[in-house]
Amino acid sequence: MSGVRQVVGMTGDEAVAHAVKLVNPDVVAAYPITPQTIIVERYSDFVNNGEVDTSFISVESEHSAMSACVGASLTGARVFTATASAGLALMYEILYVASGMRCPIVLAVANRAFSAPINIHGECTDQLVCRDASWVSLFGESAQEAYDETILSFKIAEHPDVMLPAMFGIEGFIVTHALERVETLSKQQVEDFIPASRMVRDRFCPDENKTFGSLVLQDYYMEIKRQQEEAMQNAYKVTKDAMQEFSEMSGRKMEIIEKYQLEDADYAFVSYGATAGNAKAVVDRLRAKGEKVGALKIRLFRPFPSLDIFQALSGIKAATILDRSATFGSPGTIVQTDIASALYGKENVPSLHGYINGLGGRVLTLPEIEEVYEISKEYNNIGMTSTTDWVGYRK
Amino acid sequence: MAIVLPKVSVKDLQEWSKLGEVFTSGHRLCAGCGAGAMARQVTLAAKALGDPYMFVNATGCLEVASTVYPYTAWDAPWLHNAFENAAATASGAIEAMKSMQRKGLMSERNVNMIVFAGDGGTYDIGLQSLSGAVERGHDFLYVCYSNGAYMNTGIQRSGGTPQGAATTTSPPGTVIPGKIEWQKPLAEIMAAHDIPTFTASPAYPRDLMAKVQAGLKHDGPAFMLVDSPCNLGQRYAPDISMEIAKLAVKTCFFPLFYTYKEEWVLTGISARLAKNPDRKLPIEDFLKPQGRFRHLFKPEWKKKLIEIQDTVDDKWERLVTKATCV
Repeated sequence: MSGVRQVVGMTGDEAVAHAVKLVNPDVVAAYPITPQTIIVERYSDFVNNGEVDTSFISVESEHSAMSACVGASLTGARVFTATASAGLALMYEILYVASGMRCPIVLAVANRAFSAPINIHGECTDQLVCRDASWVSLFGESAQEAYDETILSFKIAEHPDVMLPAMFGIEGFIVTHALERVETLSKQQVEDFIPASRMVRDRFCPDENKTFGSLVLQDYYMEIKRQQEEAMQNAYKVTKDAMQEFSEMSGRKMEIIEKYQLEDADYAFVSYGATAGNAKAVVDRLRAKGEKVGALKIRLFRPFPSLDIFQALSGIKAATILDRSATFGSPGTIVQTDIASALYGKENVPSLHGYINGLGGRVLTLPEIEEVYEISKEYNNIGMTSTTDWVGYRK
Repeated sequence: MAIVLPKVSVKDLQEWSKLGEVFTSGHRLCAGCGAGAMARQVTLAAKALGDPYMFVNATGCLEVASTVYPYTAWDAPWLHNAFENAAATASGAIEAMKSMQRKGLMSERNVNMIVFAGDGGTYDIGLQSLSGAVERGHDFLYVCYSNGAYMNTGIQRSGGTPQGAATTTSPPGTVIPGKIEWQKPLAEIMAAHDIPTFTASPAYPRDLMAKVQAGLKHDGPAFMLVDSPCNLGQRYAPDISMEIAKLAVKTCFFPLFYTYKEEWVLTGISARLAKNPDRKLPIEDFLKPQGRFRHLFKPEWKKKLIEIQDTVDDKWERLVTKATCV
């Protein structure tokens, strides 16, 4: 990074729109849904004022948004869309088509609670339940991370070793609508970071008599799915490398997991998205009281960075997992069960205490986080265990 | 701009047949399937225009039977995404080409985009996607080949299933004799979008192919509803598919016409029937050879047959009143 850093005040949604503007994709197909709307509104401004030369398709549903993205991506275009909650659920069928046909579409998710009851506020369940759709999946804590992950996602998705779609999430209102300080990049920086040429692949275009979307039965289906898994495994290293390159380019450190005060810690918070900011604030409060506690933030959710998380939590006695998502009848919170799998059979790992919290935009206050921390510590006295509970609701 | 149907002669067909098939042999459609004939006619008519062509195909018989991996029957760019989204998928491809041409990433030229979907994929699950793409003005010819039920999944009732027809979800019961409702007026719905709308039958290839070319030449979306006979689902012998398709037209159950804005024009046999009403065949001639209507000929359902005839007559008369003939 050289020269003066440009700093702008932007909401999370605006940050995404401005980052997409620098990428200037060929096609954006999107349908409005709160709290994603600012992204598509700002981008429409850019299109109609000639600031980008993207084809913007105002589709009649999210299902058609993702369908049009697949059509455009297979034609060889660079493609972006954005949605939330019900919109992501409506796309769900085509998420699998997009990854199955290896379309490097980039999707911004303004994480929002599912109906019913209808609710427009922040919750990450929408994105977490897409974990098996063969999409690279990232979470961002702030408008800055939303900005950065927008650009990063194109780099990961279009990498020839990956060629999978990528989604990144920021929590509705908490990040999407909060005005924050964002360090921007120049057009030149983004052009240097993302290749100018479109990906080399078989394309649905007039010059190539090729068939896309065949019926594939028992004899070949599994091989094609296995290739997706290999691509997803490749995405781990590609993401690490891309983050390293991004860090050097931007001067902002970006890692698949972020460690805060973990070196000498006995206890840890694990979180992702906006909650990570609160966790770090609580760490500061507890450290001031003499507690040996740190925080781990997960940015890359798929492919799940099992080894990194194991290494980061190695030596920790108890981990308090703050999961802003609902799961019912599950053996743990969504992220907790992944962490448990990553740690299973390993020595010197913490007991895990998952807390479902913050549903539908409910605020989990810093004192409440301190309370669950104390509960986690008590559990730890009974030895290695994994517990799950709900916090921050009226009993 | 008004629609002008090109004249397609038998000689034209002979010439076009030498161009080489786009929808090639070796596909796995049933013997007697009307969709195969439909696909050959549509693709050859497109090829004869000379511009490059691309196809988007919704999930359905035509898609499943023509692209069993690792084989394909399509000597053309062809894309299948899912069931309900063929029109949206075409929207994406069209905009991608426009954008990439604008940026110099793709050479500029006219491309004829054709979408194929069945009645299930159009009347029912794909109607929203189609209406949206048409409202956005995406330049494609959408061909709905209606065989009157979800034939690919085992003959379930759709919004395109004729009244009285037996399907596996509208069986001929002792209380309810097959499908209760008339078909959704799909051609009229699409015509109400102010786009050129055609009906056609593979039993009348010159009429169908002229309409394909008129639809593709039109700048903007166009829609074509094709009556696609299905011996398996409509239950008749595979060698009379084209006869059945002809009877649909000759009984005025499936009139051949095109419409754009205020203009409604009957074509081919339907134009002749409008001029010579005494040649119109009774609906029973169309219903009787098909097993799916067999139950209607039991004495207890005689009233149903009269009802169907009345509805056919009413719809036909209203069409003739507003239409001109070519």
